Amino acid sequence: MSYDIAIIGAGVVGSLIARKMSKYDIKIALVEKCNDVAMGTSKANSAIVHAGFDAMPGSLKAELNVRGTKLMGYLCDELSVPFKNIGSLVIAFSEEEMETLQELYDRGMENNVPGMKIIGQDRLHELEPNVSKRALGALWAKTASIVCPYELTLAAAEVAVLNGVDLYRNFAVNDIAFENEIFTIKAKNGKEIEAKYVINAAGIYSDYIASLIGDNSIEIVARKGEYLLMDKSLGGVVNHVIFQCPTKMGKGVLVTPTVDGNILTGPSAKDIEGKDDITTTTDELDMVRKYTSYSIPNVKLNAVITSFAGLRAHSTKGDFIIEPSKVNPHFINVAGIESPGLSAAPAIAEYVQDIMLDVCGRLPKKVKWHRTRPEPVRFRELSTVERRELIENDPAFGQIVCRCETVTEGEIIAACHGPIPAVDMDGVKRRTRAGMGRCQSGFCGPKVAEIIARERGKDLLEVTKFGDNSNIVVGKTK
Amino acid sequence: MEVRELTCVACPMGCQMTASIDNGVVVSVTGNTCPRGKKYAETECTHPVRPLTTTVKVDGGKHPVVPVKSADAVPKEKMFDCMKVLNEVVVKAPVKIGDVIVENICDTGINIVATNIC
Amino acid sequence: MLKYDLVVVGGGPAGMAAALKAKECGVEKILICERDETLGGILEQCIHTGFGLHYFGEELSGPEYAARFIEQVEKTDIDVKVNTMVLDITTNNVVIAINKQDGLMEISATAIVLAMGCRERPRGAISIPGTRPAGVMTAGTAQRFANIDGYLPGKEVVILGSGDIGLIMARRMTLEGAKVKAVCELMPYSGGLTRNIVQCLDDFDIPLKLSHTVTEIRGKDRVEGVTISKVDGNLKPIPGTEEYIPCDTLMLSVGLLPENELSRSVGIRLDKVTGGAVVDQYRETNHEGIFACGNVLHVHDLVDFVTQEAQTAGEGAANYILGKKEYADYRIHTKGINGVRYVVPQRISMDGSEEPVKLYFRVGQVFTNATVKVTRNGNVIYAKKKRKLAPGEMENIVIKPEDLQDFSEGDYLFIEVEG
Repeated sequence: MSYDIAIIGAGVVGSLIARKMSKYDIKIALVEKCNDVAMGTSKANSAIVHAGFDAMPGSLKAELNVRGTKLMGYLCDELSVPFKNIGSLVIAFSEEEMETLQELYDRGMENNVPGMKIIGQDRLHELEPNVSKRALGALWAKTASIVCPYELTLAAAEVAVLNGVDLYRNFAVNDIAFENEIFTIKAKNGKEIEAKYVINAAGIYSDYIASLIGDNSIEIVARKGEYLLMDKSLGGVVNHVIFQCPTKMGKGVLVTPTVDGNILTGPSAKDIEGKDDITTTTDELDMVRKYTSYSIPNVKLNAVITSFAGLRAHSTKGDFIIEPSKVNPHFINVAGIESPGLSAAPAIAEYVQDIMLDVCGRLPKKVKWHRTRPEPVRFRELSTVERRELIENDPAFGQIVCRCETVTEGEIIAACHGPIPAVDMDGVKRRTRAGMGRCQSGFCGPKVAEIIARERGKDLLEVTKFGDNSNIVVGKTK
Repeated sequence: MEVRELTCVACPMGCQMTASIDNGVVVSVTGNTCPRGKKYAETECTHPVRPLTTTVKVDGGKHPVVPVKSADAVPKEKMFDCMKVLNEVVVKAPVKIGDVIVENICDTGINIVATNIC
Repeated sequence: MLKYDLVVVGGGPAGMAAALKAKECGVEKILICERDETLGGILEQCIHTGFGLHYFGEELSGPEYAARFIEQVEKTDIDVKVNTMVLDITTNNVVIAINKQDGLMEISATAIVLAMGCRERPRGAISIPGTRPAGVMTAGTAQRFANIDGYLPGKEVVILGSGDIGLIMARRMTLEGAKVKAVCELMPYSGGLTRNIVQCLDDFDIPLKLSHTVTEIRGKDRVEGVTISKVDGNLKPIPGTEEYIPCDTLMLSVGLLPENELSRSVGIRLDKVTGGAVVDQYRETNHEGIFACGNVLHVHDLVDFVTQEAQTAGEGAANYILGKKEYADYRIHTKGINGVRYVVPQRISMDGSEEPVKLYFRVGQVFTNATVKVTRNGNVIYAKKKRKLAPGEMENIVIKPEDLQDFSEGDYLFIEVEG
């Protein structure tokens, strides 16, 4: 297949770029090495929309963070993605850290961050009664928010697909040739596509992808962050995103509600060798626990329902790299998108759109562009009246499959037949939350697997957790 | 004379017992705290038996398999032979509790019966 | 709005026994809501034998034990709704439930018996480091795949946790052709019955590694192996004791947790140790007219005791519905100390009843040749020698009515172990 633009990487950045570019009447491919979208950093991060006072004034990070945060609320509303503007608090435990707050505040002012305020001990404990009594004050940033990052990625990719973008899954790019102004992009599974322009949004692998055209200017270090996710019963222990004062390695360990009402703590920060180590470790998680109790002393750390690790794509240059490659101007690098990458993502899409209009010239717009996607049913959020009506229209919504998260069979069936169908257990989980609760799919796992098999016309033996050889069962007993 | 160490399963105490066997006959049991231990050791050393439970394939049932058990305990050494037989069995639905699935399995004189409906 | 005298949430052994007892006591309109497709609860997948020795005097498999009660329920006019999930219970005892046929139902109930059972502790709750591949599952999930769906969950298995479910699954997997390479137990003793250790592990030469835990999971797509380590007296892994075991499956049998989300939403007080409701001798919670029994109240090791407890709850609910419940002048508390982890019921309603009160309790460690004592204001009112007490075995003692005289509001009855 020949395309005008091929976007490599269906994370939040690649997917939002695909959505943005899908309004033009051109042919676009979105290629992803995994079995689904949002399988890398986009599914394993802090899920925070940062206010924008961290990045150095004048950096691309600063500019796009503040702009992205401004866009995020509207975007999530439009795409029906869970989003809550809850504000953030950076806590200071010493006079020295109070000075750091002032520095952050000043930097925020320079970055044009609205809604910031330094508050004292009393106001802090009024806002957050469970924060350590030793805390002296905080920087309160009202524009900080929480979002569901994989749902945002999925929604953006779904809109792109609804507007004609071709999504290729399990397309792990391992060769790119450029001849007669055309890129030939080859994947490990033997498939190939052609494109006039390439957008490299490959996250931690963006340096590798750039190197395939001979561009060795990028160096991405994978920086691992480990997290603990707590049960909903802990909900309400904090109401804002709670940060500690930043260090060289990142923004420190945070404690935050998630849009689903859980509590998330983390991340640790450790540069790793290679790019595929997403193991969790006792040492790092103990560190997360330690720092968590430092901020919130009475948090019940035994309410952990799962732990996970994500890799931030840290560029050795320290800033986002969003520009045409020096080697080939038709190859656009969107690399080094570490924190505040999620916050900046809507603005990155806008920024890349401008670059594309620059390099491609004027692009024709589609006559009809779908701004959004059909809103997914979220049974657990509906009122009694709405639930009753829904089941009357489709009895599949009367069967609860995941009891912890109140997910119905109807929602799982819908996920299997959406614009980007869920094809594995984790895909269903990210779309519906089935298996994300306190039993972690102990009860619903076999049932979800059965529904996936049925809806996809396959045997349970072929159902995987996340593609490749991640099969759920290995054979039949008889 | 053969000596065997074994753990009593008659009650939660789990006494560690030593049995002496002469010519296939248990001549002494030590370590037990009650007569049930002695009896268990004697059976265990001469003709150990085990209850066998598994599933067999069902044709046209609500589920692909139905649970079955040995109506009485089978000789321990024949468990895997019995499994081999049961792995090949296919029964037709409907199945009722107590239905005989295999009669006199592996010449043990023991029947395999269904333990659920299907 | 539907109206019932009694709504039982959960159609496993507890729910069925409670409903049947209430029926026997004269309650007219009873409904059982069961979330699965049949009555029987988790017994349906427990196809091994050993159930019913106390209650029926015979060794039944789980489905057979359940069937005895299902048949009885079918003979009565108790209404049963399967594939029905109770979503909420309001403070005025209205049960909100859904299923495909009836849609969303609001059911007003005079009394409610909670019998939702328990769930297994997942991997996250014990935070095993490493990767997150397919092939890590609870023993119960594996049991369902193997015993109901007919699928083999893995070919080379390591099991963490030597409670009875873990042991039973070691034998099941072995019989179905899998190789169980080890069963690891964090504690220095197994939580399972001796019989199961002998017949599920020893029979097949499966090593039981006491004071061991899994310290790392490896594998990208499917589990490729686990590292196990010995633990010290504080249950912390000892560096240098690591052993890598290649396998494709890690089965977890690391504890059961009562499923009390509904109880919590209606504001029922829970016991921090049992994870279940705080109840009196009739199994009534602090919310009038709501009773609890079975594994949702506290995790049992024998279904026979679940049945007995559910009958107590069913009778309590019946007396409440039929207006036979005596008014309690005051309540006293029970409490486990010195080695006793918990006691159920946690309180005794002093209503002038002449009935003895049976107290169930569990110890926190293994004791041999110890004495169980019940004291009140420092006076011993009951003492009994026990040859062995283990955390895996629920114990009970009966307090005679005469020993319950002359208490006052808020007094404590302590159960402890000496020796």
